Amino acid sequence: MNAPARHVSLRSGVYADSVRLMQVSRDVGARDGVTAVLVAMATPLNVELAQGMGLAPEEPASPEQLLVAIRADDDAALAGAVAAVDAALAERQRSTASAQTVPVRTVGARLDAIDGPALALVSVPGAYAVAEAADAIAAGQSVLVFSDGVPVEHEVALKRAAHDAGVLVMGPDCGTAIVSGLALGFANVVRPGPVGLVAASGTGAQQVSCLLDMAGVGVSHVLGVGGRDLSEAVGGLATLDALAALDADPATERVLLVSKPPAPSVAARVAEVAGGLSTPVLSAALSPESPDLTAAVEALLGDMGVDVPDWPSRPGAARTAGSGAVLKGFYSGGTLADEAMLLASPVLGDVRSNTPLRPELALGSDLSVPGHVVVDFGDDALTVGRAHPMIDPTLRLEAIDRLAASGEPAVLLLDVVLGYGADPDPAAALAPALARTTSPVVVALVGTEADPQGWSRQADALAAAGAHVFASNAQATRFALDLLGAAR
Amino acid sequence: MNQLLAGPPAVVAAGVDVFSDALRAQGAEVSDVDWRPPGFGDPADLAALVLDPRRAAANRTAVERVLAAGSVLTDVRPAREVLGLADRTILHAGPPITWADASGPLRGGLIGCCLFEGWASSVEEAERILAAGEITLEPCHHHSAVGPMAGVTSPSMWMWCLEDPVQGGKAYCNLNEGLGKVLRMGAFNEEVLTRLAWMRDVLGPVLAAAVRSMSDPLDVKAVLAQMLQMGDEGHNRNRAGSLMALRELSPAIVAVDAPSSDIAAVLRFIGGNEHFFLNLGMPTAKLAMDAARDVPGSTMVTVMARNGTEFGIQTAGTGDRWFTGPAQTPVGLFLGDYGPDDANPDIGDSAIMETYGVGGFSMAAAPAIVRFVGGTVPDALATTERMYQLTLAENPAMAIPILGFRGSPTGIDVVSVARTGWLPQINTGMAGRVAGTGQVGAGLVQPPRECFEQALAALAAATR
Repeated sequence: MNAPARHVSLRSGVYADSVRLMQVSRDVGARDGVTAVLVAMATPLNVELAQGMGLAPEEPASPEQLLVAIRADDDAALAGAVAAVDAALAERQRSTASAQTVPVRTVGARLDAIDGPALALVSVPGAYAVAEAADAIAAGQSVLVFSDGVPVEHEVALKRAAHDAGVLVMGPDCGTAIVSGLALGFANVVRPGPVGLVAASGTGAQQVSCLLDMAGVGVSHVLGVGGRDLSEAVGGLATLDALAALDADPATERVLLVSKPPAPSVAARVAEVAGGLSTPVLSAALSPESPDLTAAVEALLGDMGVDVPDWPSRPGAARTAGSGAVLKGFYSGGTLADEAMLLASPVLGDVRSNTPLRPELALGSDLSVPGHVVVDFGDDALTVGRAHPMIDPTLRLEAIDRLAASGEPAVLLLDVVLGYGADPDPAAALAPALARTTSPVVVALVGTEADPQGWSRQADALAAAGAHVFASNAQATRFALDLLGAAR
Repeated sequence: MNQLLAGPPAVVAAGVDVFSDALRAQGAEVSDVDWRPPGFGDPADLAALVLDPRRAAANRTAVERVLAAGSVLTDVRPAREVLGLADRTILHAGPPITWADASGPLRGGLIGCCLFEGWASSVEEAERILAAGEITLEPCHHHSAVGPMAGVTSPSMWMWCLEDPVQGGKAYCNLNEGLGKVLRMGAFNEEVLTRLAWMRDVLGPVLAAAVRSMSDPLDVKAVLAQMLQMGDEGHNRNRAGSLMALRELSPAIVAVDAPSSDIAAVLRFIGGNEHFFLNLGMPTAKLAMDAARDVPGSTMVTVMARNGTEFGIQTAGTGDRWFTGPAQTPVGLFLGDYGPDDANPDIGDSAIMETYGVGGFSMAAAPAIVRFVGGTVPDALATTERMYQLTLAENPAMAIPILGFRGSPTGIDVVSVARTGWLPQINTGMAGRVAGTGQVGAGLVQPPRECFEQALAALAAATR
């Protein structure tokens, strides 16, 4: 057995009340191998007490100093006891008496009170999102930025800081994420499973996760990275971090990367990194060459040896498009709108849009121009000062009525996105407008049976209002194109 | 990051309620932030500061210096000697000001100084030489000094001399005159001048001899820490601190070679002045805040001070530049027949206490005075809770008993002031608006928003 060890020190600039010090003495004294402890202000009385314990300080003590005197069985027990005193003195005391609830104004102040892993969900106006997101990163926590209108330089700075801190920034403008089964923002109720999604596209991720669910395949996580992540400016910062996180996640066996058309240099960099991971990564990045998210899901199912089901659909009213009919795609989901344009353009030629495939196809402020048009009502420019069209259908309903009033022959192609955060009964909101139009209506209904709105309930209601309903946006688009073909 | 994917995380949500509700419906643990748009500031400026890579480390450096600072009483000396204060120079509270812009109590204090120093033989003459610019006016803060209320300090006044044994700083403050008709509140009648003369001729020399004779200098920071355990907040209530200072100084005072009648008068004077300790607490806070000066990138406030006309602040990241706005009039309770119309706008360097995290910031420690400044005990607790959201650290040396001995909220962050929209809470005395009146009450006051707006813009400009 080792010889007894002793520690006696006087510390200046530390003050604690006597009751607190008695608690510290008692707690440290209860440690194994500790035989005597006195942690007290060095008043003459306490110094005398220490002397009686054989632990007198060598230098003269003053009552403003803190006396720490410990005897233990051996050096290890002594070092542990000294460390325990230091920790106890440094420990932050939580409020025990708080008269009224003081509002907590910042993410940082909230995270102060949380000890374990947390995720910040930021949906404040875009110009202010950076401060709340930076709070989370500074606290060593990941953050999902739902806000749109976040300047790209804020996005880059946040994502760099997050990478350095070993946390993830999802977004900005990230509408959809599922983390360990927790649906954040606009997400669907899908079964847990082996597929991890990295999504630079919210509605794209919803489409893919819902189709997987309908095929009986679940997801581990859906990590949204924001629509700009794969742009030249952001360079895939969050995509690369999200891929690494999923690669390290034992629940994730396969990764599907979902995005709008990425910047070529960034796509190459991401492909290079993805190729080096131990988890197989399949890309569902939309492009003229791969215009179809449903096909990407089917390819993944094939890789996994899972049968591709018949994707659910409902027949609608047998309306015929008038002669010379055009495609009118009124979307709430940007990626679904892109997919529709990519599939329609080879058949119809140019499609104009507020989020066009090529800049020269851009619509001006008037969205009701004649011809083939696809409008993304979820685009930032149309959501300034109003809720997303998945929540607030007003602008889209106005567009449907304006089209009916114009008399332009058309096939109307819509998406309806179900899940958390979305309109609790979108079919009920759309039905009156659909009943007023004489155009054929095709709806891509993105959701699952387990969603709060229920896929079949909504599908039946939309079909009853005259719409042809498809679980797959690609199938819905092709059906609309067929109707237009019949009209020509 | 793997931590994020290890299991459902707790969620902190700022913004749209609908998402929190959906998360709760899934059984998630959700804490909402009661987010509001910032109270002021260009969003681009706020973003520049939030994203400034220097800021976190700079603020940590600044506040760690504040927390590390100690304060011991080393000497008592006339301002002429220790500050090198030239003849016909008067120090005052707050940011720089001229006679023309000075409010009643500051004018009263300046007049009193001229009479006390013999630079004028009448009030009219004092006003004339002050108006003619024959007297140099400089802020106490430009001389490592602080002064309560008008803060007027002239060469013949004795100064407490304090040192930070950790970081080596020095700070100074004149001796507290007591309550009522006093120079710092703008009074300058015969009673005031007689007392000032006695302080110069008796109190100062006795205290100087006593302090110099002490083998262990008084640890003023330790007294401040203990006061908070005894119902003082160190700004508007200094009762326990003053008694402790008296206890610590008495053995040395009675041993001074002076007539016993003088010793008795000194002890009676100190014992009868509940704010005697304020002039020791203020330079203690000043030592700590000066230790944090000149940290590029830091958005921490180092000075809050008022001259009765303007409120001024300085920050660690912007050196000795003042950011000023119009001083507000405190709200609170009044002595005798005085009312709100009698109160002068906010005045004094004593807001250095709040800058340091005590005073109004530690209101929860002093339930005994909340009614005096016109509040309730729950208000006091809520005030301190709010101030935690403005500050960078909790000072473990300044523990607040009723909050479970949580450290006082310390180190005001200009960015947090903007983001919360909450201004710092200051406890203060109120001087009469008319020169010569003296104290009329005590209450609560906040800085004008402009100070923080300007500081935010300047700090943001420094990041570019």
